[in-house]
Amino acid sequence: MGVEVAVEGLTKSFGAQNIWRDVSLVLPRGEVSALLGPSGTGKSVFLKTIIGLLRPERGSCVVGGVDTASCSEHQLYEVRKLFGVLFQDGALFGSMNLFDNVAFPLREHTRKPESEVRRIVLEKMELVGLTGAESKLPGEISGGMRKRAGLARALVLDPEIILCDEPDSGLDPVRTAYLSQLLIDLNAQLDTTILIVTHNINLARTVPDNIGMLFRRELVMFGPRELMLTSEEPVLAQFLNGRRLGPIGMTEEKDQAALAAEQAQLRAVTDTLYGIAPQLDPSPGLPPRLAVRRRKDRVMSALHQFPIPTQRSVIASLDAADRTRYGIGAPA
Amino acid sequence: MTAPASPFPGVAALRQTGRLFSLALSVVRNSVRRPFQAREFIEQFWFIASVTILPTALVSVPFGAVIALHLGSLTRQIGAESFTGAASVLAIIQQASPLVTALLVAGAGGSAICADIGARTIREEIDAMEVLGVSAVQRLIVPRVLASMMVALLLNGMVSVVGVLGGYFFNVIMQGGTPGAYLASFSALAQLPDLWISELKAIIFGFMAGVVAAYRGLNPAAGPKGVGDAVNQAVVITFLLLFFVNFALTTLYLQLVPPKGM
Ligand SMILES: Nc1ncnc2c1ncn2[C@@H]1O[C@H](COP(=O)(O)OP(=O)(O)O)[C@@H](O)[C@H]1O
Ligand SMILES: [Mg+2]
Repeated sequence: MGVEVAVEGLTKSFGAQNIWRDVSLVLPRGEVSALLGPSGTGKSVFLKTIIGLLRPERGSCVVGGVDTASCSEHQLYEVRKLFGVLFQDGALFGSMNLFDNVAFPLREHTRKPESEVRRIVLEKMELVGLTGAESKLPGEISGGMRKRAGLARALVLDPEIILCDEPDSGLDPVRTAYLSQLLIDLNAQLDTTILIVTHNINLARTVPDNIGMLFRRELVMFGPRELMLTSEEPVLAQFLNGRRLGPIGMTEEKDQAALAAEQAQLRAVTDTLYGIAPQLDPSPGLPPRLAVRRRKDRVMSALHQFPIPTQRSVIASLDAADRTRYGIGAPA
Repeated sequence: MTAPASPFPGVAALRQTGRLFSLALSVVRNSVRRPFQAREFIEQFWFIASVTILPTALVSVPFGAVIALHLGSLTRQIGAESFTGAASVLAIIQQASPLVTALLVAGAGGSAICADIGARTIREEIDAMEVLGVSAVQRLIVPRVLASMMVALLLNGMVSVVGVLGGYFFNVIMQGGTPGAYLASFSALAQLPDLWISELKAIIFGFMAGVVAAYRGLNPAAGPKGVGDAVNQAVVITFLLLFFVNFALTTLYLQLVPPKGM
C-alpha cells in the first residue's frame, strides 16, 4: 500500500506570473510529508498540479507510473482513483447534505448496497467528529466543519495518497490535535502516502516524516524531519519558529537593509523550539508506522552527508534499539 | 493557457475561442456517454422552461403582430395584399421565432446556468468532482446543454404557433385581410423545410446558449465579482454569436433549399 509521488523540475505560471519553478521532490511511499510556506506562495497550486487539475509548463509528476503533468484525460481519471484530496475550503457539493457528500464517491465508484454505504459514511463521519450533522447542508455549518466533512469524503474510498490543503486552518487547537492524530493513525493503519499543506508550526514539527518549504517561487528545501528541524536555512528556521526575524516579511519579501539589521538581532535570540521534536505516535492499539523505520533507515544511510549539528541531533534522538540496529555506541 | 506574452494581438481571443470549441466538442462526446444524468436533465429542463415560457409567450404575441402589421401595410403599397399571410408566416417561423426563443433561453436560462456553474467553480466543487474521478462536463454540463436545446425546440414551436395566430388575427381582424387569401398564400409559398430549418435553428441556438453559459461559468475571473462578470459576458457573447450564426444558417438555407414556385 502507499504510492510514491515523484515530482521533477515542475514549473508553473499563470500568464506572465510565475508561481514557482523547478520544483523537485519525492513524497516517499507510505510517509507523511508536509509542505510549508507563507500564504500566496502557490502551495494550493502545487497540490492541484500534482492531481492534474492544473498543467505545468515544464516538469513531470509521476504517480504509479503515470505522469500527471502530461498524461491524457483518460489516464488522469484512472490515476486520480489513488487520491483522496481535501481542498482548502472543503469543496463540498452545495446542493447535497453532508451524508450525500461523503457518500458521493462510494455511490459513483462502487456497487455497494445502500446499507453498506451508510455504514461506511457514518464510520468516516464519526472519525472526523461529525456524528449527528449528516443532514446539514454545507451552507449551514462552520468552515471547520466543512473542512472535516471534506476530509471524510476524501477518506471514504481508502485512498493510497491523501493530499490535505491546510487541514488545520479554521480549526481550534483541540480539533487540530485530533486531526493530527487522525492522519498519523490512518498512515499507521493503511501505510498511506500523505501530503499536508499547513501553516501550523506545531503540526509541522510533530506530524510529518518529511518537510518541504516553498518561498520566493522556489522549493527552498525538502527532506526528512531530522534534517529540516535542525536546519540553519534562514527561511525554514524562521518559519518553523514562527519568528518575525528572518527573510519572510509581511509582504512576502523583505528588503536587504531590513534583513541585515535583523541579522544582528537574530544572533542574540535563542531558539527555544530548535531541535528534533518527538514525533506523534499512532493511537494505542494500532500497529507501529512502517514509515518511521523506512525513514530512519534512509536518514542513517545518508547521515554522513548532513551537517554536523544535524548528525548530532539525529544520534542524540536514537533510542537503545536504534543504536544496536545502526551499530552506534552508547552516548558518551 | 499559459503562453508567454502574445506576439500579436488577438491571440488571447483566439485561444478563448479554441477552448470554447473544445468544450463544445467535449459536450457532444460526453452526451453519448453512460450513465445519462436523467434526473439532472429533467430538473434543468423544468427549471429553464419555467423561467422562459411566460416571457416568451408575452414577447411572441406582439412580435407576430408587429411583423404582420408591417408586412400588411407594405404589401398594400405594392398591391400584393394576398401574400401577406405567407410573408408574415415565413418571417415569423424562420427568423423571429428561433431568435426570440434563443434570446430568452440565453437571457433567462443561460444566465442562470452560468451563475450556478460559476458559483460551483469558485467553491472548487468542479475541481473536487474532477478529482473524485467524475467528469463535470458529463455530470453537470451535458444535462444543462441538452435541457436548453430541448427547451429551445419546444419554445420555438410555441412561438411559431402563437406568432402565426397573432399575425392572422391582426391581418384579418385589424387590417381587413381575408382569411382565404391569408391561408391560400400560406400554402402557396410556405413549405415543410421552412419549419425544419426553424426547429434546427432553435436547437443550434439552444446548444450555443448552453455551451457559452457553461464555458463562462467554468472559467470565471477570481472572486464572486468574477462570476457576476461571467454571467454578463455569457449573455452578450451568446447574443453576438446568435446573430452571426443565424446569418450563416439563413444564407445556407436560401442557397440549398429552392424557394417554392408559384
Ligand atoms: N486559477 C488561477 N489563475 C490565476 N492565478 C492563480 C490561480 N490560482 C492561483 N493563482 C495565483 O497563484 C498564487 C498562489 O496561490 P495559492 O496556491 O492559492 O497560494 P497558497 O495556497 O500558497 O496560499 C496566488 O498569487 C494566486 O493569485
Ligand atoms: Mg492555499
